[in-house]
Amino acid sequence: MGLQAYLTLAAVVFGIGLFGVLTRRNTIGILLGIELMLNAVNINLVAFSRFAGSETGLIFTVFAICITVAEAAMGLAIVILLFRTRRSVTADHLDLLRG
Amino acid sequence: MTADSSTLALVALLLPAASFLLLGVAAPLRRLGRPAAYVSILPATASLAAAVLAWQAVPAESGAGGTVTRLVWEWLPAAGAPLATVGVLADADSTLMLTLVALVALLVQVYSLAYLDAEPPQGLGRYYAYQSLFAFSMMGLVLAPNLLQLFICWELVGLCSYLLIGFWYQKPAAARAALKAFWTTKAGDVGLLVGIVLLWRAAGTFDLTELRSMAGDGTLPLAGLSVVTACMYLGAAGKSAQFPLHVWLPDAMEGPTPVSALIHAATMVTAGVYLLHRTAWLFALTPEVLVVVAWIGALTALVAAILACAQDDIKRVLAYSTVSQLGYMMAAIGAGFSAAGFFHLLTHGLFKALLFLGAGAVIHAVGSNDLPRMGGLARRMPQTAIVFLVGTLSLAGLPLFAGFLSKEEILGAVLAGGLTGPFLVLMLVAFLTAFYMFRVVFLAFFGTAAPAAALVEGSVEGSVEGIGEGIGEDGADGGTHGAAHGAAHHPHDPPAPMLLPLWVLALLSMAVGVYYTFAHADPGFESPAWLMPAAVGTGVAGIALAWATYQRRAIDAETLAGLVGPIRRAAHARFWIDDLFEGVVARAALALSAVIGWLDRYLVDGVLNVVSAWTVETGDEMRAMQTGRVQDYVYGLAVGLLLILLWVRWALA
Repeated sequence: MGLQAYLTLAAVVFGIGLFGVLTRRNTIGILLGIELMLNAVNINLVAFSRFAGSETGLIFTVFAICITVAEAAMGLAIVILLFRTRRSVTADHLDLLRG
Repeated sequence: MTADSSTLALVALLLPAASFLLLGVAAPLRRLGRPAAYVSILPATASLAAAVLAWQAVPAESGAGGTVTRLVWEWLPAAGAPLATVGVLADADSTLMLTLVALVALLVQVYSLAYLDAEPPQGLGRYYAYQSLFAFSMMGLVLAPNLLQLFICWELVGLCSYLLIGFWYQKPAAARAALKAFWTTKAGDVGLLVGIVLLWRAAGTFDLTELRSMAGDGTLPLAGLSVVTACMYLGAAGKSAQFPLHVWLPDAMEGPTPVSALIHAATMVTAGVYLLHRTAWLFALTPEVLVVVAWIGALTALVAAILACAQDDIKRVLAYSTVSQLGYMMAAIGAGFSAAGFFHLLTHGLFKALLFLGAGAVIHAVGSNDLPRMGGLARRMPQTAIVFLVGTLSLAGLPLFAGFLSKEEILGAVLAGGLTGPFLVLMLVAFLTAFYMFRVVFLAFFGTAAPAAALVEGSVEGSVEGIGEGIGEDGADGGTHGAAHGAAHHPHDPPAPMLLPLWVLALLSMAVGVYYTFAHADPGFESPAWLMPAAVGTGVAGIALAWATYQRRAIDAETLAGLVGPIRRAAHARFWIDDLFEGVVARAALALSAVIGWLDRYLVDGVLNVVSAWTVETGDEMRAMQTGRVQDYVYGLAVGLLLILLWVRWALA
């Protein structure tokens, strides 16, 4: 399998993630979508690293996964805080920025 | 003489300015009243001294050629020569005029001290502040070395005139008259400004000396020059109350009488004549404009003289007489002999100030402006009667009095200028002048006062007027001074501060008359031998008619009036000129403002309203985009990014 296939996979995963972020009503679901998008990037990085014969991409991927974990923990913490204050985690209700 | 004339003239100019600034800035001083008056009077005295010295210094410097001394500072610097300068230009004419202005200003200020004794202190301080400002502005105008400074001072004297006519601003008639004077003269001033700017465009300078030398050696472009002079004449006509812009001057009599004497008889109204005299070399290049000047001058003289015959208010008679005499001066200038007009300006300044101040003394004593309510005053106030008679004889142009020579010189000038029509008109005016002035004399100073019943009636009338006139000279005189004497009041000569200026002016009028009778300067033209007897004859005839009508009652005044019935009716309606102005000008202004109002309300406001409504509408529509949901924003972000990617892919490929 060539690089093309990996990149296609990454693009599909990214698309699914974006779709999730845009359409999910539940904030937890949105967080999941974000995770998918990040992992699509990771696939890209690993694939490029593999085909370019350089370890930089791998190292970068490990780094990105670490950051992602922290980000997920942060996101979940925010969701819990939201739930405590507004008794709801539905994204449609979070419209304080409405003009 | 150590100091040269221009330095002295500068001193004369700056002294009133200093006292105005002092009175203007130091409000507590101004509110003191009488001390404020002295702050104005003392510099005015010094100013007169400096002016006289400057005048005396000129012949020594100039010699026969009439050179001038100048002190000029840059005001608006520009590449090459300064665009505008300020300074003083002292020559024979300007220093003579300066002396007249300083003299009359001083005398009027002294006179006002007694005349306005009923005025509250703040009012008196304000009055003297205005007086000082006026003296400064008028001197600045007289000494102006360029047309720009002249115009600025021209506007300043107009402002002072407005302020002083409206001195009793609580009196509606005074406030109205002040506005009328301001607007009417302003209409002419626009012409003056346009003329000056047009001249600057053609010649490239405002400087009178440079312009004069350009006119002298023929480098002044002649194309369009008649437009320039016509515009400048318009300004002069407004200021010097030439027909039909004369309507403001009679109304200006609402101001205090000393103000009328200073501004509306002796100095400011002659500014137009002075301007034309100063620029006579310019007007000489446009003879067609000069003819217009002469004819309008003669017409003004006639109209105003007729109107003066029909007035019962002593100040209005004098006001129309001033208009008439200004017409005389303009006619002489129009004939091309501006020196004759200028000479009459000077003598007229003396005796007309005298007449106004004398009339002020009468008004002060009687408490009314109404001629029928006076009578027999010669016994009660002999000194006033004598000086008033001197002024009247001067104005009627009898020999040995100041007006005699100048009037005859004007008649000779008009005749020498080949203007037979205006000459005949002016002869008729000379007759009318003697008639209406002696009508005043006989009605006010001789004969008998109106019967007591008429007086009571009159005083009721007076008090009704007094409500409108409220605060002020007429009210104050009638209210405090006249009323203090009771119903059967005993008028008497005024106090010394008022008598002194009267005597000074009377003696000067006589002295000038006598001096010039024996040391007559060459007027520059030949008058026919029959002119002098003819001029004196018409004057005497006018006096005789007035005597027969109002003193001997040999001719019934009503019969006399009946002979000129239509003219009299027209005169009582002021020839409908005021009505015409009010009708045409006011209606035109109203119509114009209606149109402009409509444009403003529906066009200007309409556009603004549409724009603002559209903005609000659009905002309402657009706010729907801002849902407040982060997902929607991210959607926009993603679509935008996609579009950018497509653009990068396809457009830049």
